[in-house]
Amino acid sequence: MDIHEYQAKELLSGFGVPVPKGGVAYSAEQAVYRTTEIGGSRWVVKAQIHSGARGKAGGVRLCATDADVRQATKDLLGTVLVTTQTGPEGLPVHRVLVEQALPIDRELYVGLVLDRKHERIVVVAHPHGGMEIEEIAQREPAAILREVVEPAVGMRSFQARELAFGLGLGAQQVNEAMAAVLGAYRAFRDLDATMVEFNPLVVTTDGHVLVLDVKMSFDDNAMFRRPNVAELRDYAQEDPREAQAAEHGLNYVALGGDIGCIINGAGLAMATMDMIQHAGGEPANFLDIGGGASPDRVAAAFRLVLSDRNVKAILVNVFAGINRCDWVAEGVVQAIHEVRVPVPLVVRLAGTNVDEGRRILQESGLPILTAATLAEAAERVVAARDAGAAA
Amino acid sequence: MSILLDEATRVIVQGFTGDKGTFHANEMIAYGTNVVGGVTPGKGGATHLERPVFNTVKEAVAHTGATASLILVPAPFCADAIMEAADASIRLVVTITDGVPAQDMMTVKRYLWRYAKERRTRLIGPNCAGLISAGKAMMGIMPGHIYARGAVGVVTRSGTLGYEAASQMKALGVGVTTSVGIGGDPINGSSFVDMLALFEADPETEAVMMIGEIGGPQEADAALFVKEHMTKPVIGYVAGLTAPKGRRMGHAGAIISAFGDTAAEKAEIMRSAGLIVAPSPAELGAAAAQALARHVPRHVMVQQ
Repeated sequence: MDIHEYQAKELLSGFGVPVPKGGVAYSAEQAVYRTTEIGGSRWVVKAQIHSGARGKAGGVRLCATDADVRQATKDLLGTVLVTTQTGPEGLPVHRVLVEQALPIDRELYVGLVLDRKHERIVVVAHPHGGMEIEEIAQREPAAILREVVEPAVGMRSFQARELAFGLGLGAQQVNEAMAAVLGAYRAFRDLDATMVEFNPLVVTTDGHVLVLDVKMSFDDNAMFRRPNVAELRDYAQEDPREAQAAEHGLNYVALGGDIGCIINGAGLAMATMDMIQHAGGEPANFLDIGGGASPDRVAAAFRLVLSDRNVKAILVNVFAGINRCDWVAEGVVQAIHEVRVPVPLVVRLAGTNVDEGRRILQESGLPILTAATLAEAAERVVAARDAGAAA
Repeated sequence: MSILLDEATRVIVQGFTGDKGTFHANEMIAYGTNVVGGVTPGKGGATHLERPVFNTVKEAVAHTGATASLILVPAPFCADAIMEAADASIRLVVTITDGVPAQDMMTVKRYLWRYAKERRTRLIGPNCAGLISAGKAMMGIMPGHIYARGAVGVVTRSGTLGYEAASQMKALGVGVTTSVGIGGDPINGSSFVDMLALFEADPETEAVMMIGEIGGPQEADAALFVKEHMTKPVIGYVAGLTAPKGRRMGHAGAIISAFGDTAAEKAEIMRSAGLIVAPSPAELGAAAAQALARHVPRHVMVQQ
């Protein structure tokens, strides 16, 4: 789960991380009010969407007057911002962050991740901020600083100090940088984050260290014990179909193709999508219906897949382990009576009671194409799509 | 032979009396698994499925001599259940539970290291289908009848894709020694490398199939291990060729977030390390049959 920049800054400042003065605004009036709270004479208005690269997309405006702030906020609110990270459909701007503008001397990179190789939290730092870490890793891998944190004792001061000196900071700034890194680590642990990224962490011309921009992601599996983080979820930033899927306990990811997929198990789902591509098709979605394929769930899955207008054929592939093929087949038949399926449908069942399952599908009188193997299923659904397109 | 589990292994179930615990314990017993009891805090002293229930794992171990535990407790309590089993000297813990917080797993992995190597617990999962030694015993939720007994070791991140592989093999008359689901989470108890090492040492296993996914460094590590340490042929497949960058594909760990995370990159690493990469997920069984046909078992070579 991702949160907005202003939310991350509010959370992190509670852990002693130095952030610029600022506040969120939902209207131009509120944005102007923020400038009087913040003081000073120059401000930035930043569109709040779940994406980086907002500056290049025109989502960050430097302002010198109240009128500028009012105009910038009016310009941004209610628009859809397309960045290099959002995809062509972009993300809606419903709030802005108004912040003091800082005179910047240096930009640094600091990121904390749950590293899969070390199975620990790793802090990564680089003396040049502003770039994506992947880009840095390719261009100057040797300049990347790393500290692996021992989970039993947590991040120690010396580790933060080594990073700060390694970034070339002066004695005065080291303490502030340490506060930023150690605070981020505590927040990471206490809030079940999976990533905290300061990009950039800046040194101002008057020698202070502050987090200029931050990205923070959290572990969905841990949100049951972090209600104060879970409530920061902004559904407007998510694909509505994915949010709808989550409500039904389904796992859906929209993709670009035209063959809808309904499959049990994430690995089998990915493999089936690979097989569709192998057979000359393109999957429209990833959809894992999980272990139980009850009629309700299958019906919800059909509705979801059909809400994508590009879908020209559907493949259901269920390998029944605990649940039996005859139950799954009954679920499919019932779901089709409930949801009209206007495109060709191929169903492949395998596993426990497979013959009984196939018989139920055949005797239902519904126009369901069946397949015995994964390869046959993929070929059939691609052929069915082509036949539908030709008709 | 098989790895980790056979019909003699004394198994308990943590979360024994719950709906899931009851259902799967019954299936395991029906398959021939030596289930000697279970643990449900507060229900100690009761009998369930004709087997004793204990309040703690330590009690269960003291009374039954169990050395393996299957965990089916809800995600918020899972890390605690694993550590309890480790502290009670259980040597093999299989955790089916899905949705365990990643930082809990970080703590669990650290905790397991506090024990000396001779008594350290091996953890399989979480978020997996478990393991099965074909024809002998299972600790998991898989349909036992799709596995034929044979000579191929299987290790997979995905449960249902593992079923797919087993049934393709069975259809071609190819059987399995042990099939292990290591789970789809970013931090899991055992890695591909851990299982490959066991299969390499198992005299009955003649070839190994590893089924990976997008995301994480495990498949590349495993490929390197195969190249440097394995004499048996290894078949590889990585699911997720069509997965876009940065999107989580169901499994918490199935996300392309770094260089080397894509299915194509991993398959290429496997190929260059000498693995037989199945050209599609429909050819897993055929690839296994091919690998077996090509492989000359070691004891034959010794005789020559």
